Amino acid sequence: MAVKVKIPVPLQRLTQGKDEVEGDSGTIISLINNLEQKYPGLGERISEGGKLRRFVNVYVNEEDVRFLKNEETVVKDGDEVSIVPAIAGGN
Amino acid sequence: MGFVHGLKCRECGREYPVDAIYVCEFCFGPLEVAYDYEGIKRILTRDRITSRPQNLWRYKELLPIDGEPTSGLNSGFTPLVRADKLARVIGVKELYIKDDTVTHPTLSFKDRVVAVALSKAREFGFDTVACASTGNLAHSVSAHGAAGGFKRFIFIPASLERSKIVASLVYGPNLIAVDGNYDDVNRLCSEIANKYRWAFVNINIRPFYAEGSKTQGYEILEQLGWKAPDAVVVPSASGSLLTKIWKSFKEFKQLGLIDELNTKVFSAQATGCSPIITAIKSGVDVIKPVKPDTIAKSLAIGNPADGYYATNVVRESGGFGEDVSDPEIVDAIRLLAGTEGIFAETAGGVTLASAIKLIKEGYIKEDDLTVLCITGNGLKTKEAIMGHTGEPYHISPNMKAFEETLKKINEK
Repeated sequence: MAVKVKIPVPLQRLTQGKDEVEGDSGTIISLINNLEQKYPGLGERISEGGKLRRFVNVYVNEEDVRFLKNEETVVKDGDEVSIVPAIAGGN
Repeated sequence: MGFVHGLKCRECGREYPVDAIYVCEFCFGPLEVAYDYEGIKRILTRDRITSRPQNLWRYKELLPIDGEPTSGLNSGFTPLVRADKLARVIGVKELYIKDDTVTHPTLSFKDRVVAVALSKAREFGFDTVACASTGNLAHSVSAHGAAGGFKRFIFIPASLERSKIVASLVYGPNLIAVDGNYDDVNRLCSEIANKYRWAFVNINIRPFYAEGSKTQGYEILEQLGWKAPDAVVVPSASGSLLTKIWKSFKEFKQLGLIDELNTKVFSAQATGCSPIITAIKSGVDVIKPVKPDTIAKSLAIGNPADGYYATNVVRESGGFGEDVSDPEIVDAIRLLAGTEGIFAETAGGVTLASAIKLIKEGYIKEDDLTVLCITGNGLKTKEAIMGHTGEPYHISPNMKAFEETLKKINEK
């Protein structure tokens, strides 16, 4: 069992069309860096210099990581990570 | 018609052809509609605008559709009410209410954005429209979608006021009440939008949808006699309305439809959900999300998509922002109703209460021609003021009972 990572449409071209991929346990930033190895280009779209990009929201088990420990939030096997463009919404 | 030449990333400038997309594949920045302003300038004059019917499509060259509009043909062009009585109470000389409490057909400014979103969804060939909503948008998509013959999926926080739920259900949409707050609903909808080919008005149709908010700004300028106010106070949830009102003012200036633009833009939020005001007051543009806790549910977005841009507009224009408590919101709703006869929903209370603070603090000056954007109707959120309005006088059906009561009233 690994960490489930949900990929938004704009990034699915980098994951061969997959809307969900597997990631490694550890911090969010290490998970992203590891995904970059498997899916080149994915990491730099989501993060820059070890920080999440301004327009990317990351959720762990439905909670925004900014309410947790941001990039240093630790995920374990079985957790679900969602990557969501921040620019959605408007009431 | 058709002055749109594509979509452009607001951050990195990459261009995309017009499609139901909303985010840059490279930097995740928001996509915005790019117009041919030179072409628009050649044909869009004050005379041409005023010769057209009084609805938001009188500015259609500045809206992102290719053909003729098919939705919201009676939406927009709400009154700009000169509010002299209220002005005296709050301490400015010239005050106007942009009264979107009477927007056709669902009584909030959301009818503007949905008119554009559904006209565009039809052009794209969608048969299903959807949205994540705190209420007003749910009503508007339900209603416009019914009139347009669309299938509708409406996602709301389950905790929404009962009256707002009923006011969606009456139009017969598929209403999905999600356990969680708006930000939870919105995240879920982003995931659903990945999988189903629906027109989510505030997700994949967002670049087009959001442009509809500009019409509130155009109308303010036209109704002031083709001039810009000194100050405008805008309620902020996602921050989109505020950024689009500023954009509308800049466009009219660029097109020569107004001569000068020195407007200061002010943001208003409830203290129980004020991530944008927090950023403005602390002088940063990083929005720290919050968990909303306020009666102003239509503004309860803890993770505002356009918060970053809204803070930048406030700074660029020389404005500021204020946040207000729930009791201040209720008092302001009653003040607006009692002085100007306009019953606003909680967001309107937020706007007026914030304006009062901004005037007291000197950010808005006595001589500033000020416009308050009142965006939704109070009949939608009656729960918020129940118990705060006084009670009726109960009497028996005879003159004696009435005159005794009248005596008491006159003695008050």
